[in-house]
Amino acid sequence: MIRLFQKLPLSFFDKDKRPYGLLSILMFAAVGLTLLPAIVVASSLFEPSFEVWAHLWDTILPQMLLNTFTLLISVSVGTLVIGTTLAWLVTAYEFPGKKTFKWLLVLPMAIPAYVMGFLYMSMFDFAGPFQTFFRNTVGWQGTFPQIRSGFGAIVVMTLVLYPYVYMLAKAGFEGQSASAFEAAKVLGASKLKTFFKVALPLARPSIAAGVALAAMETLADFATVRYFNFPTVADGILRVWHGLMDLGAASEMAGMLAFFSLLVLLSEQRLRSGKAYHQTKGKNQGVPPIFLSGSKGLIASFICGTVFFAAFGLPVLQLLYWAILEISEITPHALAVYGRLAFRSLSVSAIAAFFTVFVALFIASISRLGTGKFSRYLAKASTVGYSIPGAVIGVGILIPLSALDRYIINIAGNLWGIDLGLIFTGSLIGLVYAYVVRFMAIAYGSVDSSMDKIPPNTVLAARMLGANAFRIIFKIKLPLILPGIIAGAVLVFVDVMKELPITVVLRPMSYDTLAIWVWQMAAESLWTDTALPALAIVLVGILPVWILMRKSKND
Amino acid sequence: MSNDFVVLKGIVKRYKDITAVNDFDINVSKGEFFSLLGPSGCGKTTTLRLIAGLDCLSGGSISIDGRLVSDPTFFIPPEKREIGIVFQDYALFPHMTVFENVAFGLYGQKKNQVKNRVNELLFLTGLNGMDKKYPHELSGGQRQRVALARSLAPAPKVMLLDEPFSNLDAELRESLRNETKQILKKSDTTVILVTHDQEEAFSLSDKVGVLNEGKLEQVGTPYEVYHNPSSRFVADFVGKADFVAAITEGDYVVSKVGRFQNNKNYCLNVSNVELMIRPDDVTIEADSNGEAIIEDMLFLGSDVLYKLRLADNITIHSIGLSAFPLAKGTRVNVSIHMPHTVFFPVSE
Repeated sequence: MIRLFQKLPLSFFDKDKRPYGLLSILMFAAVGLTLLPAIVVASSLFEPSFEVWAHLWDTILPQMLLNTFTLLISVSVGTLVIGTTLAWLVTAYEFPGKKTFKWLLVLPMAIPAYVMGFLYMSMFDFAGPFQTFFRNTVGWQGTFPQIRSGFGAIVVMTLVLYPYVYMLAKAGFEGQSASAFEAAKVLGASKLKTFFKVALPLARPSIAAGVALAAMETLADFATVRYFNFPTVADGILRVWHGLMDLGAASEMAGMLAFFSLLVLLSEQRLRSGKAYHQTKGKNQGVPPIFLSGSKGLIASFICGTVFFAAFGLPVLQLLYWAILEISEITPHALAVYGRLAFRSLSVSAIAAFFTVFVALFIASISRLGTGKFSRYLAKASTVGYSIPGAVIGVGILIPLSALDRYIINIAGNLWGIDLGLIFTGSLIGLVYAYVVRFMAIAYGSVDSSMDKIPPNTVLAARMLGANAFRIIFKIKLPLILPGIIAGAVLVFVDVMKELPITVVLRPMSYDTLAIWVWQMAAESLWTDTALPALAIVLVGILPVWILMRKSKND
Repeated sequence: MSNDFVVLKGIVKRYKDITAVNDFDINVSKGEFFSLLGPSGCGKTTTLRLIAGLDCLSGGSISIDGRLVSDPTFFIPPEKREIGIVFQDYALFPHMTVFENVAFGLYGQKKNQVKNRVNELLFLTGLNGMDKKYPHELSGGQRQRVALARSLAPAPKVMLLDEPFSNLDAELRESLRNETKQILKKSDTTVILVTHDQEEAFSLSDKVGVLNEGKLEQVGTPYEVYHNPSSRFVADFVGKADFVAAITEGDYVVSKVGRFQNNKNYCLNVSNVELMIRPDDVTIEADSNGEAIIEDMLFLGSDVLYKLRLADNITIHSIGLSAFPLAKGTRVNVSIHMPHTVFFPVSE
C-alpha cells in the first residue's frame, strides 16, 4: 500500500510507468459494453432463422421495407431542400426579421416527431379543425389528401428534422471565406451559379452530416409512422416484440434496421469524401450578406415565417390550447399522475445523464493516457450508439440482459431457493444502460472537445509549481472542462427525456414516463391528456437550442 | 563549488530513431543566466524538458544543487524539483485571477504568508492592482509577467524560460527582456533560457551554449561565442559571417584579403582553411582608387550593411553607421581588424 502511494505521482504522469494493466482492462470493458448491443444484433444476422424470415416476408416485411426506403429518401430530400434553402437565406441575405429567424428556425428541433405527428394528425384529419372549417364554413365539397398516410409521415418528419440540416448547413456557409465569393463575383458568376458552384460544394460535408443525422432519426422513429399507419422496419421490431413476444425475430429485424443505418453512414462518408476542400486560411467570415429590399425582403421573411409557423408555431399553439383546456378542469388525480410522470422522466434522465457523462469522462481520460492512436480509436468506437436506432439498441440489450436475468434466477432458485426477480430487465439498470450506449456520442463529444481545449502546458505548469495529481485534477482539469461536462449532461438529459423507442422496449413493467404517456394517449386519440406532458417535453427540448445559441454567440 | 549548481553530464535523449540530445555536458553556476541557443530542432527545448523533468533521460545524469534529479534509472518528478518554468504560451490558468495564478505554487503556506509573497511578486513585476483580473483581460506583456511572477513565487532553485518573448511584438519584446533580466537578477535566481534568437541570448546571458542537431557546439560568454566561435556552424548561426579561402603559414593565416596572426594557435595539419570575417571587423573608406566596390547596400536603421566585391571576385560584408551611408557603386578602401583570427578547415 505504501509502495503504491509512493509510486503514484510518478506512475500517474509518467507514460512509461503508468498502471496500464488495470486501466486498460477497464477501458476495454467500458468500450466493450457500449458495443455489445450492436454485436448482439449483428451476430443474429449471421444465424438467421429461415422460418421467421419466410413468415415475415410473406406478411409485413415487403411493405415495411418499401415504406422505410420511401420515408428515408423523401425525408432526406425534404430536409436537404428546406434546410439548405433556409440556411442560405439567413447567411447570404439581409431581410426583415432575419436575426430572429436565424434562431427561431432551429426551434422545431425541440418537438419530438411523435408529438408533432399526433398534433398534425389531430389538426388535419377528417374530424380536425382544418377540414371541418373548410367543409362547414367555406362549404368545400372536394376531398383532401389523406393525412393518415405516408405523405403525412413524410411532411411531419421533414418539418421536425430539417433543423439538423439547417444548422449544419448554416455553419458550413458561415465558415466559408468571403474571398471565394468575391473571386466568383469578379469572374462574373451569377448569384445562382455562385451558390451551386461555390457555396454548395464548399458546404457539402456539413450538409451531408446534417442529412445523415436527419436520416438516422427517420430510421429510429416508430411512433410517428404508427400514427400515420405507415409501418417501417423500426415499427416492425416493436410489433414483433410486443405482439409476438418473439425476441429472435425482433433481433433479426433490428439487424435489418442497423443495415439501413449503415447504408446512411456509408453514403454520408461518400458524400463527404471524394473531393477534399480546404478553405484558405484567414478570416472566414462567410459571405457578405446581400440586402433584400422591398417585396423581395418580404418574400424571404414570408418563407422563413411559413416554415417556422408550420413546424413550431402551429403545433405549439395547438398544444397550448389543449393544455389550457386540461388545466381548467384538472383533477387532483390527474395532477398526481402528471407529477409521477414528470418525476420519473426527470429522475431517469438525470441518472442516465450522470452515468453517460461519467463513462464519457472515464473513456476520454483513459484514451489520453495512451501514446498511440489505438486508444483514441477505441474511445471513438464507444460512440457508435448514436448511429444505431434506439429500437435496435433496445433489442440488442434486452437479449443478453434477459438471458442474464434468467441465469441469475435459476442459480438463486437452485442454490438458495429464493426468487431474485428480473434484476436487469425489471429495473432501471437495463434502461439506463441503453441510454448510455445511445447517447454516449453526445457526452463524449462534449467532454472530449473540452479536454482538447486544455493547453497541455497548463498542466505541466501546474506540475512545475509542485501540484500533485490530485490538485491537478481538481484545481486545473475539472474546472477547465466543467462547461463541457455540464453541456454534455444537459444534452443527454434532454435526449433521454425525448427518447421513445428505447424506453418502450426496456422500461420496467408499467413504468410510465412523459414520453411513454404522450405516445400512448396520442395513440388513443386522447388529445387533451397528452397536452401537458407533451408541452413539458417541448419546453425541456428548447434547452439545448438555447445552449447552442449561447455557445455560438460566445464563439 | 559554485560552478556546478546545475550539472548536465553526458546527457542523451533518444526517441524511437532520433537522437534529440546527443551526449554533452553543461555546468551552470548559481545565480548565472545561461542561454541555450540554436535553430529549431537542435534539441534545446528537449534539454529544457529534461532538466524540468518533463522527459526522462536515455543516458547521462542531471543534478541540481548537488542532488541527483535524473538519470536513466532514477527520476525525481518535476513537482519535487523546485524548478520554475515560463512557457512560450505562458500557460496561465484561465479560470484563476492573477492573484490565484501567482499563489498556486504557494499551496500549503499560511494565508498571510501567501498574500505577502504574492503582493511582493506583483510589485516586483509591476503588476500591482491587477490581482483580481483574469488572464484574458491582460495584454501579452502583462501575461508574460504573470507567468514570471507565478514561477518565481515558490522561490525555485532554477528558472527555465522557454522562448518567453517570442509571442510579443518587437518593441515590447525588447523592453520586457530588460525588465525580466532586472527582475531575475534581483531575485538572484539561476536561469536557463532557451531561444533561437541570438540577440536575445546575448543581451540577457552571462553564458551561452550553442546547440546543433543534438550536439553542444560551444559554451562561452556571448563575446567568446560571437568573436571566437569554435565551429563553422557557430560562426554561421551566430551573427553574419563571410568565409574566405586561406592557407596556414607558420604563425600566420594568409588569404587574398590579408595576412593575420594565428593567435588561436591551432596546430592544424591541414593547410587549406576558411577564414571567418565578421561585417563589424571590416571598415571601409571611400576612395576613387579603392580596391573594392560597393555592390549592394542594405539599410538597417542605425546601421548599414554593405556588400563589397573585392578583387578576384571575393565578396565580404561590412557594417557602418547609417547617418552618412555610401552609395551603391562607390569605390572604397577596405581594412580588416580582427580581435581573433578564426578559421576552419575547408569542409569537404
